[in-house]
Amino acid sequence: TIGRKIDEELLEELEEILILADIGISTTSKIIEGIRQKAKERKIYDASQIKELLAEEVYEILQKDVEPFTLTSPMVILNVGVNGVGKTTTIGKLAYLYKKEGKKVMLAAGDTFRAAAIDQLEIWAERVNCPIIKHQEGSDPASVIFDGIQASKARGIDILICDTAGRLHNKKNLMEELRKIRRVIDREYPEARVETFLVLDATTGQNALQQAKIFKEVSDITGIVLTKLDGTAKGGIVVAIKSELNVPIRYIGIGEGIEDLQAFDAKSFVSAIFQ
Amino acid sequence: MAFESLSERLQEIFKKLRGKGKLTEKDIKEAMREVKVALLEADVNFKVVKDFINSVTEKALGQEVMESLTPGQQVIKIVNDELIALMGSTQSRLNIGNKVPAVIMMVGLQGSGKTTACGKLANLLKKQGKNPLLVACDVVRPAAIKQLQVVGANVNVPVFTMGDKVNPVDIAKASIDYARSHNSDVIIIDTAGRLHIDEELMEELVNIKKAVQPDEILLVVDAMTGQDAVNVASSFNERLDITGVILTKLDGDTRGGAALSIKAVTQKPIKYVGTGEKLTDLEPFYPDRMASRILGM
Ligand SMILES: Nc1nc2c(ncn2[C@@H]2O[C@H](COP(=O)(O)OP(=O)(O)OP(=O)(O)O)[C@@H](O)[C@H]2O)c(=O)[nH]1
Ligand SMILES: Nc1nc2c(ncn2[C@@H]2O[C@H](COP(=O)(O)OP(=O)(O)OP(=O)(O)O)[C@@H](O)[C@H]2O)c(=O)[nH]1
Ligand SMILES: [K+]
Ligand SMILES: [Mg+2]
Ligand SMILES: [Mg+2]
Repeated sequence: TIGRKIDEELLEELEEILILADIGISTTSKIIEGIRQKAKERKIYDASQIKELLAEEVYEILQKDVEPFTLTSPMVILNVGVNGVGKTTTIGKLAYLYKKEGKKVMLAAGDTFRAAAIDQLEIWAERVNCPIIKHQEGSDPASVIFDGIQASKARGIDILICDTAGRLHNKKNLMEELRKIRRVIDREYPEARVETFLVLDATTGQNALQQAKIFKEVSDITGIVLTKLDGTAKGGIVVAIKSELNVPIRYIGIGEGIEDLQAFDAKSFVSAIFQ
Repeated sequence: MAFESLSERLQEIFKKLRGKGKLTEKDIKEAMREVKVALLEADVNFKVVKDFINSVTEKALGQEVMESLTPGQQVIKIVNDELIALMGSTQSRLNIGNKVPAVIMMVGLQGSGKTTACGKLANLLKKQGKNPLLVACDVVRPAAIKQLQVVGANVNVPVFTMGDKVNPVDIAKASIDYARSHNSDVIIIDTAGRLHIDEELMEELVNIKKAVQPDEILLVVDAMTGQDAVNVASSFNERLDITGVILTKLDGDTRGGAALSIKAVTQKPIKYVGTGEKLTDLEPFYPDRMASRILGM
């Protein structure tokens, strides 16, 4: 079939798709400009082709300089993020996944603040059938992590996965607490590889970019877990985050069950945006 | 702040408008482009923004404005007034009648802040001389009941639970009798987080509603929500005919444009905002403050 021609109306339509996916106006403008250029250079005039070009552009942003994620031992995974995004649930899913891959996994209940957060993680530890290190509600989270590290060393644990309390990135003292946790891990467990996952809820809008900036500064995030992609939100803000901060997306959450976690796949993520 | 540069840009535009004796159509269109960017950066829904800009532009291009002595001032006023009008110009309070017990039901996506909001509302009602009862209808999330019990204990409000093996509809029903026999005059039902597209779980809410006829069905929404807020809010509203919204986590630095989108698509008022994790961190909603926040001013 002979497709539509590329015109301003079409570009506006594409812009709408990207903005509705939460990619944000500034990254969207950058992408659209890039497309305009490329279309001109490659002499592409057909609408269907420009959509492909756009998908390719987003894919490239997501894939650029990303090394594959592999498991090594010993390793510490620290889940951080704002309130209610899915940190604790993701820990349960990760533990299950890694155990299935033959790793010895331990959990540390570093959220000593939220009501019943420790009980929640304990239920996950039971489901996965892995050990958990916990203190009382209200105790110092850094010392829970400290104990987790000592126990991991003593028991030959491959992967220690640490929960932390949800915290908004603009709360100075809570972010300092996180910095301290991060320091304890580096100091007590220099031989371990540390992966800090920023857990992001796919329904989050433009604020996620600010979250990523500040969590990166405080805890040196190495990857993103994008949760709740089983809803209707596209989670496009990770494109802006990848574009601006170069933090790779590692996993996606697609439900509340123990198996509802997948390795991030840029291709299917991009095609979901354009669906 | 995240959006300083934008709000500075916006201020700049408004200043230019203010400084002009006469405005051309081009001046106004240029200003509206900036407003559009501000709204999108604040997470107001794309379609809502389009409608908003069209209607404001039309008003701004009207005779009175163009010929007024202070057209810039007029345009700014139109933007602000329209934003406030869209969000509901008056403050909305809880609407619980004389029925005993009155019933409040919390609904929303996973992690939006329902359980915390239950505790906050219980605390507030207690201070107003009520005798609330919290009802644990989340039988899905690990340790949800325990969480509600801890929250209840913190505000010194009893919690009704039948464990996690009983159907939430039956728990809700049973809680009415329990409230009557224990002198509770208002019950607050905590429900499990669910996706608006989860047919089975949405049906469960409809059945709870049928069983207990709530006075208030409050949709709890995270203020950081992006473009999807309209889909979520309209789905919950279509199924349940919600009575209002609680906007949580407004203590962050999000501009909170979801508030505007939700109001625009549901026409239901935002009744309270959550401003922290403590059970006292609940405030009435002020449309005018929210308008400035969304514009980044
Ligand atoms: N639909 C869906 N729900 C999810 C997903 N991941 C987590 N959830 C749900 O989101 C809610 C919050 O999850 P938690 O794991 O408690 O989030 P958290 O970040 O630990 O929360 P805080 O510790 O309170 O900050 C729970 O109801 C989870 O079941 C997902 O991928 N999809
Ligand atoms: N900063 C801040 N955190 C909040 C606010 N309201 C709730 N939270 C936090 O958000 C997280 C999720 O709150 P919950 O009340 O467990 O949310 P929920 O909707 O009941 O979650 P599910 O039952 O899993 O669907 C917790 O860490 C709360 O402490 C708020 O207004 N501000
Ligand atoms: K959320
Ligand atoms: Mg948690
Ligand atoms: Mg809850």
